[in-house]
Amino acid sequence: MNFFDQVPALQIAVPLIGAPVCVLLRNGRAAWAVTQFCSVICTLLSCMLVAATRDGTVIRYELGSWSAPSGIEYYVDIVNASVLLVVSFISAIVCLYAYRGAEKEIQQDKHYLFYTGWLLCITGLLGIVITGDAFNAFVFLEISSLATYLLISLGPDRNSLTAAFRYLIMGSIGASFILIGVGFLFAATGSLNMADISARIPIADSPRTVLVAFSFLTVGLMIKAAIFPLHAWLANAYHYAPVTVTALLSGTATKVSLYLLLRFFFNVFGIQFSFGQMLLNYVLLPAAIAGFVLMSVVALYQSDLRRMLAYSSVAQIGYIVAGICLVSPLGISAGIVHIINHALIKSALFMATGCIVYRLGHAHIQSLGGMAKQMPITTAAFIASGLSLIGVPLTAGFISKFNLIAAMLEQGWWIGAALILASSLMATLYIGRVVEIMIFRKPRTSTGTLEVNEAPMQMLIPLWLLIALSIVFGIFGNETLSIASAGAERLLTGPLAPALVPESAYLSTGAGQ
Amino acid sequence: MTLAQPAFLFLAAAAGCAFIRNAKLRALLLLAVPCISLLWVALLDSGTHATVQYAGLTLEMMRVDGLSRIFAIIFSIAAGLSALYAWHVRDLMQQIATLAYAGAAIGGVFAGDLLTLFLYWEVTAVASVFLIWARRTHGAFSTGMRYLLIQVLSGVLLLMGLLLHYQDSGSMAFTSMTLGSIGTWCIFIAFGIKCAFPLLHNWLQDSYPAATVTGTVVLSAFTTKMAVYALARGFPGTEILVYIGAVMTLFPIFFAEIENDLRRVLAYSLNNQLGFMVVGVGIGTPLAINGTAAHAFCHILYKALLFMSIGAVLFRTGTSKASELGGLYRTMPKTAIFCLIGAASISAVPLFSGFVSKSLILSAAGKEGYWLIWIALLIASAGVLSHSGIKIPYAAFFAKDCGKRPAEAPRHMLWAMGITASLCVLIGIFPGVLYSLLPNDVPYHPYTFGHILTQLQLLGFALLAFVFVMKTGLHPHEIRAVNVDSDWIYRKFLPKQIKRISPTIGILVSLPGKWLANAVAHSTAQLAKLSEPRGVLARGWSINSMVFILTVVMGLVLIFNFGKV
Repeated sequence: MNFFDQVPALQIAVPLIGAPVCVLLRNGRAAWAVTQFCSVICTLLSCMLVAATRDGTVIRYELGSWSAPSGIEYYVDIVNASVLLVVSFISAIVCLYAYRGAEKEIQQDKHYLFYTGWLLCITGLLGIVITGDAFNAFVFLEISSLATYLLISLGPDRNSLTAAFRYLIMGSIGASFILIGVGFLFAATGSLNMADISARIPIADSPRTVLVAFSFLTVGLMIKAAIFPLHAWLANAYHYAPVTVTALLSGTATKVSLYLLLRFFFNVFGIQFSFGQMLLNYVLLPAAIAGFVLMSVVALYQSDLRRMLAYSSVAQIGYIVAGICLVSPLGISAGIVHIINHALIKSALFMATGCIVYRLGHAHIQSLGGMAKQMPITTAAFIASGLSLIGVPLTAGFISKFNLIAAMLEQGWWIGAALILASSLMATLYIGRVVEIMIFRKPRTSTGTLEVNEAPMQMLIPLWLLIALSIVFGIFGNETLSIASAGAERLLTGPLAPALVPESAYLSTGAGQ
Repeated sequence: MTLAQPAFLFLAAAAGCAFIRNAKLRALLLLAVPCISLLWVALLDSGTHATVQYAGLTLEMMRVDGLSRIFAIIFSIAAGLSALYAWHVRDLMQQIATLAYAGAAIGGVFAGDLLTLFLYWEVTAVASVFLIWARRTHGAFSTGMRYLLIQVLSGVLLLMGLLLHYQDSGSMAFTSMTLGSIGTWCIFIAFGIKCAFPLLHNWLQDSYPAATVTGTVVLSAFTTKMAVYALARGFPGTEILVYIGAVMTLFPIFFAEIENDLRRVLAYSLNNQLGFMVVGVGIGTPLAINGTAAHAFCHILYKALLFMSIGAVLFRTGTSKASELGGLYRTMPKTAIFCLIGAASISAVPLFSGFVSKSLILSAAGKEGYWLIWIALLIASAGVLSHSGIKIPYAAFFAKDCGKRPAEAPRHMLWAMGITASLCVLIGIFPGVLYSLLPNDVPYHPYTFGHILTQLQLLGFALLAFVFVMKTGLHPHEIRAVNVDSDWIYRKFLPKQIKRISPTIGILVSLPGKWLANAVAHSTAQLAKLSEPRGVLARGWSINSMVFILTVVMGLVLIFNFGKV
């Protein structure tokens, strides 16, 4: 048995085994070490998967050697391999950061539970991405969601409990929509394996059932991906969760749901089915555009840094969805590139915010005066990642925005391109407003002289690692772009398996029996 | 290293600066980098270097030919001289900004494709604003914000234009374009904003005088000349530029005459000098392009010299207002002499640099039969003499004694001004060196009898006129006042006139405008209200409302899905 053949299973098994180990250890430090170890291993494993699928190879792993479609299958191609890498890499970096970052925010005796939740969340997220089985995806979605509710509720504020509860309600509704969708799919096609479903949809007896399944899945995933106007759970969750958790979730959770949306739209239902509809032009695209315009405005008016960044996340998700809605190679690859780049950028921004919260205990924008003097490295990090969010040339954000605008213009959508530029201008304003206060405003000293030190090195190093990576991706954008366009190509090839011939055809030719 | 280029040297030095604790060492770096860059540029082979793949496009990061070389050389010289002038500056922010700004400008002139140009275009905008913010006053901050907004707008237009142009032509190459499509117009206006075309010029007079003493010297060299280069590369021979340029040479004269702040006078005269270059680009013959390049070269030097000398006055006295200055030659004689050399150069006195470059453009205009333009340029030249050639040195160093007795400028400033001044004189006496650098091989002799005679007559009459108005008291007194520029027209003048002409027409005209303004104000206010932390869009929604919206979306999705079946 070759080691490499087992990599897809190990990708899930490693964090899944790590979680109970954390509970058994009952020690915060040890649990942290286990989490860090598992995240690094996962990152290495997903690197191997990316390397293996880079040339268009597809890895199909049959779990427990139960052959698909009855058994569960892991299906890895370049699209989900790159998302796996993003998720596990963000987890590894943020975990490094959590060593100091989480110590103040979370009660000491709950640390081992926190890391258990972390590993379960990662297990779930990686599982959603890697699996080729629709029902299995739902199971992993539940695992990650339950772990996420736990992580959010660990926040220091009493509001974190209500935020977690609201997310629980909305997340459960989303998950049940997805479950209903999968159920209808099973009713229509008699299969749960994505490839198999995609082969059977064209010969399904009742196209109406498939449509209902499609609608439920779309709306369910829209909730989980926080696509405007179903985004409302996100702001509170990101605001009141421990900042470390927010940094982890902003880079992973919504991105994974977007991936699943991509997979279902393109490879399960097929382009003809998903985008032959008016759904795209009349529901999803307007939602995406309204999302990135309105949410950028909302971000402009927020008084708390975390909330501002949360709304900016919703806006950025709007960009990704708008790219996908174009259904052109350029548009989809712009969407995928932005999934990767935005994960890096937003995690870095939340980590910088975490450094501020670590020292100040809050993140009210108006009281960040004098930060540039007191926490120069953190301020520089915030500015660097802020520039990337705006999309200044030579940063990762520029690559995504440039391609997105180019894709819009390619389709002749002038207004869309102009709105993207307008919303970038608003991003300049909301980031610029914070930076202005940090640099030019005098520190507010309500309690005498407030002396604040720079955040600890253990938090700054992972933060700057992410920023360095985002700059590298900005300067050498070709690498991410070529991965993304390979991914777009895979998605645009349509259903995972060739359509089956209807059984009636078998019967009539006598080949069926 | 095939990718290496002078711009990277600057940018790397800018990044490295942040880690050097010793401010003196940083100042040395600031001086050394332009010197190395100057040597490097002089030794570069012509041709295209450093082709890279970026974001799926082929980029030519380094195109070396006559036109880009001469601009890179003068940019390196200007960076070196301003670094020497700013030797006393210990401010890390200004030092980094200067290096990054100069580097980006040099990178921009070597850009062989529009995307690379755009990258450097934006870097110059972002880097240069810190030279304004370095004053660290609230006013400087808002001026900087206005400046940045306009510069970024120019960048965004360039980006739009290059994308459209790429759609149309399938090529990103930065070569000569013809106006016609929306894309090329976008690019043209983007260049025009940075080049301070009439009515797009307000940012220049607004921001340059607001920068620090040394910051203004740096600012005056790069942004606008980079735009002139871009125009010369992208739109040579575009006739509309001839007229735009002619207007640019003329209209700032009046503002410059009545302006009190001497640095602002220089900013207006900068605008006027740019006009000459734009005319050269518009004519577009090899001789005219040579004239533009040569004029940019000389102009950077003498305008820097003038800004340096007025900067030294500001540095010592704390003001650059004409009404508060005068008679400084007593204690600042060297600065006064350097200022006079700068004034002689900008007025194109024979044997000074302005003469050998301006003649090229005038000759080109004459040769192509643009006689009206030629006359306009002559009038503009007389104006230059009056406001920059005479008013600047007269108001600061002579005129009525203001009673101030400041010390002579610091030694490093004197050295910087001295070198710049000697360059101005040397170019004036030996124009052959400058001409050998020019992009096109066109023989030209500035010192013909005709040229000298025309110029001397012009200078003589302008001088006479100045003396006349001074003696008869017709010259407007230097008063502390703020002059209004064209932005006043759309802010104050038009609305007022419309009201005055006829109340009824006024109401008819202004009502729709008022409604529109009200509607815009109202809707922004509404949007702001919705977006506030307690607003409908931003407050935490209750689960009820979230589920309600979910139902609506689900309904929509179902409707649009079933519409198909």
